[in-house]
Amino acid sequence: MPPGRPRFPTERGFLIYGERPERDKTAVGHIHRQHWQITMRHTISVLVENKFGVLTRVAGLFSGRGFNIDTLNVAPTQDPTVSRMTITTRGDDATVDQIVKQLNKLVDTIAVQDFREGESVDRELVLVKVSVNSSTRAEVMQITTIFRAKIIDVQPASVTIEITGDEGKVDKFIELMRPFNILELTRTGKVALPRK
Amino acid sequence: MSTIHKNAPKATTAPAARTDLLGSEILVAALEREGVEAIFAYPGGASLEIHQALTRSKPIHVYLPRHEQGGVFAAEGYARASGKVGVCMATSGPGATNLVTGIADAYMDSVPIVAITGQVPQSMIGKGAFQETDIYGMTLPVVKHSYLVTDVHDLPRIVKEAFHIAGTGRPGPVLIDVPKNVQQSRAQPVFPDTVNLRGYHPEPRADDAALTEILDLIERAERPVLYAGGGIISSSAAGELRRFVEATQIPVATTIMGCGAFPETHPLSLKWLGMHGAAYANWAVAGADLLLAFGVRFDDRVTGKVDKFCEHGTIVHVDIDASEINKNRRVHLPIVSDIHHALRRLNELLAGRPVQKRFHGWHAQVAEWKAKAPFSYKVNADTLKSQHIRDLMGGDASQVILPQEAIAVLHELTGGEAVITTGVGQHQMWAGQFYQFRQPRQFITSAGLGSMGFGYPAALGAKVACPDRQVIDIDGDGSFLMNVQELAMAHIEGIAAKAVVLNNQHLGMVVQWEDRFYEGNRGQTYLGDIENARQIYPDFVTIAKGFNVPAERVVFKRDLRAALQRMLDSSEPYLLDIITPYTEHVLPFIPAGKTVKEMIWE
Repeated sequence: MPPGRPRFPTERGFLIYGERPERDKTAVGHIHRQHWQITMRHTISVLVENKFGVLTRVAGLFSGRGFNIDTLNVAPTQDPTVSRMTITTRGDDATVDQIVKQLNKLVDTIAVQDFREGESVDRELVLVKVSVNSSTRAEVMQITTIFRAKIIDVQPASVTIEITGDEGKVDKFIELMRPFNILELTRTGKVALPRK
Repeated sequence: MSTIHKNAPKATTAPAARTDLLGSEILVAALEREGVEAIFAYPGGASLEIHQALTRSKPIHVYLPRHEQGGVFAAEGYARASGKVGVCMATSGPGATNLVTGIADAYMDSVPIVAITGQVPQSMIGKGAFQETDIYGMTLPVVKHSYLVTDVHDLPRIVKEAFHIAGTGRPGPVLIDVPKNVQQSRAQPVFPDTVNLRGYHPEPRADDAALTEILDLIERAERPVLYAGGGIISSSAAGELRRFVEATQIPVATTIMGCGAFPETHPLSLKWLGMHGAAYANWAVAGADLLLAFGVRFDDRVTGKVDKFCEHGTIVHVDIDASEINKNRRVHLPIVSDIHHALRRLNELLAGRPVQKRFHGWHAQVAEWKAKAPFSYKVNADTLKSQHIRDLMGGDASQVILPQEAIAVLHELTGGEAVITTGVGQHQMWAGQFYQFRQPRQFITSAGLGSMGFGYPAALGAKVACPDRQVIDIDGDGSFLMNVQELAMAHIEGIAAKAVVLNNQHLGMVVQWEDRFYEGNRGQTYLGDIENARQIYPDFVTIAKGFNVPAERVVFKRDLRAALQRMLDSSEPYLLDIITPYTEHVLPFIPAGKTVKEMIWE
C-alpha cells in the first residue's frame, strides 16, 4: 500500500477511499471494483508438498496479481514430506478468495485455509538489536522483562532481544524499543495453526 | 548402444523384468505405457538421446515439425481432435522457449498436452551453459503442472503423473524437463500402476440438492438460456447436454470453445455468443431471466462489460474448476462439478420430474431475433469501390469472392462433416459463423490465447489423430505465413490436411479495428508488397511448390466451387489460396468492454 493514502482501521481491516494502487488495477481487470473497498489483512495457511519449486508456484500466484506478500513462513511439519506455509497479505476479499482457490488448484498443495479472526492461534518471533549505554541498559532490560522477552546477546553497546507473541504484542514492543535506537531487526513472520 | 536395442520395452511386457535401461529408454517406455502413438518432436543436443531411444520404439511414431511451435500446435491439434493427451518434445534453450506459446495456448484453452524438453546436464544448470534456459521457471504461470527430473528413478512416476494430470479434471499442459545426464543415466525402472497425488482431486461432483435447485430455477424461469462452453467438450458431455436441452427446451448459445458441443443445426441452437457471435444469441442472453452457464469461464470476449452481462438474470455457474467460480462474474448459484456428472444427474432427475414449462413465448421471441439478424454477408460499398474489384476483378463485382461465402461453400461441399482448424483473426470468426458445427471436437481454434499460426500445424495434428476425416485449416494470409514451414511436415509425413487461405493481403482484424476506431490509419497492417500492390504477395502457390505441396490460387467466384472440390478430392496435403477483398468487416461486433446495446450488426 503506498504511503499517504487515507487508511481508517475498521474492526477487521482497513477501509481505503479512492482508487486502488496502480499495480492492482492491471492485475485482475475483469473483477468489478467499487469506489471503495475493504482491504482485509488475511492469514493464509497452506500445506504443501515439501519439494523444490513449490514456493515459486505459490509466490507466483501473488506476484502475478500485483499482490505483495507481507510475511511468509515456510518449514516442514511433523511429516517431513509436508511443509506448512503461513502467508499474510492484504487484499480485497474477491481477490484473496481467488488466490486461495488458485492455491488449492496447485497439484503440490494439499490444503489451504484462509483464517478468519479468532479461528487460529498465531505467534511471531522477532530478534531485535537495540543500541544501549550504561544509562539506558536498565530500562531496556526492564521493558524486556515486562514483555516476557529474552535478552539473548549482550555487547558493550547493544543488546539483542528475542520476543515471541502475537502481532499486537510484538508491534508494541518494537514501538517501545524505537526510542533506544533499533540497530537491526528480523521477524519470522506470522506462524499460525487453526484452533480446531 | 546396439546391445540395448533389443531390450527396448513394449507397452505389453511386464515391468522391471529386464536389466537396467538408459533414462531416455525409460522415458520412451513410460510414454508407450501411456498409449502414446504420436510425438511431434524437433531434436537438438539436449534431446537427441531421447530421439535415439524413439528410433527403437515400435508403437510411437515421431513426426518432425519444422519449428518447435509447429510441433506444440500439432500436439494441441491432436489432443483437441481426439481428446487424448498430445505429446511434443524439443531440445533445451531455444527449442524449449519456442514451445512456450503453444504451452500457454493449451493452458488458456484447457488442452491436455505433455511437453517434454531436454535440459543441459544437471552439473551445467545455472552456469549459463550453451542452450541453457530455465524452462521450468519460465513456464510456471502457464502450466497445469511441471517437473524438472533430478533422478532417473523418478522418470516412470513423473510420466505417469504428467499424463494423469494433463488429461483429468480441467485438462491442461504439463511440462517435463529432463536434463541430459538423467537421459544418460542407467536405472532399473519400476513402473507404477497407480498415481498417488494427495493434493490433486480432479473430479468434484455436484450433489443432488444443488442440481435440484437448478430444476427449481428452470420451473420458475420464463426466459432461460444455456451458455455452454469447452467444458462440455472436454468432459465428453455433448450427448448429455443434448438430452438435457431437449427435455427442458432451453435455447443454447455456446462459446467459441464450445462450438459443436450442441448441434448448430438444431432448432434450439443460438450458435455462439460474444464479441462476434450471433446477434440473436447476445440478445437472448441479455434478455434472459435465467442463465445456465455450463463449463464456461465468462471470458471477456464473451461477456463484454462483465457486470452488464445477463444483468437481470439469475446465473447458475457449473464448472469443474473452483477457481472459475466468481472469478470474472459473481453468480447466484455456483456449483463446482464435473459437467458430465452434473448433466447426467440432471437428466436422471428430469426423468423423474419432467419440466412443466414449455417457454413458448420465449421461443417465439428468439425466433423473431433469429429472423431479424441471421449471419449474412453482401458485397458492401467499400468493397465495390475497392482496388480489389478495380484491379483484380476488372471492375466486375459479381466475380468477387467474399471470405464468408468461401466458407459457406466449403461447408456445403463437405456436408458439414470436416474438422476445421483456424488461425486467428477475421477468418477465424467467419469460420465460426459460416460453418455449421454439429459434433464436438470439430472446430479447433486458438480461442483464449489467440495464437496466429495455430491453424495449419493444428490441422496436421488433428489429421494424425483422425486420418479418416477431412481436416481443413481455414486460415488468413497473416496467420498461415507464421507457420508456413509446416508444409514440409505435411508433405514428408504424408499428412493430407488441407489449407484454405483467405488471402486479403492484410491483417484483417486489426484493419477492422483501425477502420472502426482509428480513422482507417494503417499501422503495419498491410502484408503485401507496397512497391507492387497489384501482385499478390507472398505467392503462396510458389511457396507450396517449393515444399512439393500441390496448390492453386482462386481469384474469381466462377472458379471457387471447382477449386474447393479439387482440394477436397486431393489425397495429399493441399493449399488453396483464395484472394478476397480486405474491406469486409466481421459483424456482428460488440466493441471490447461494451454491452450488447452497443452491438454493431447491420
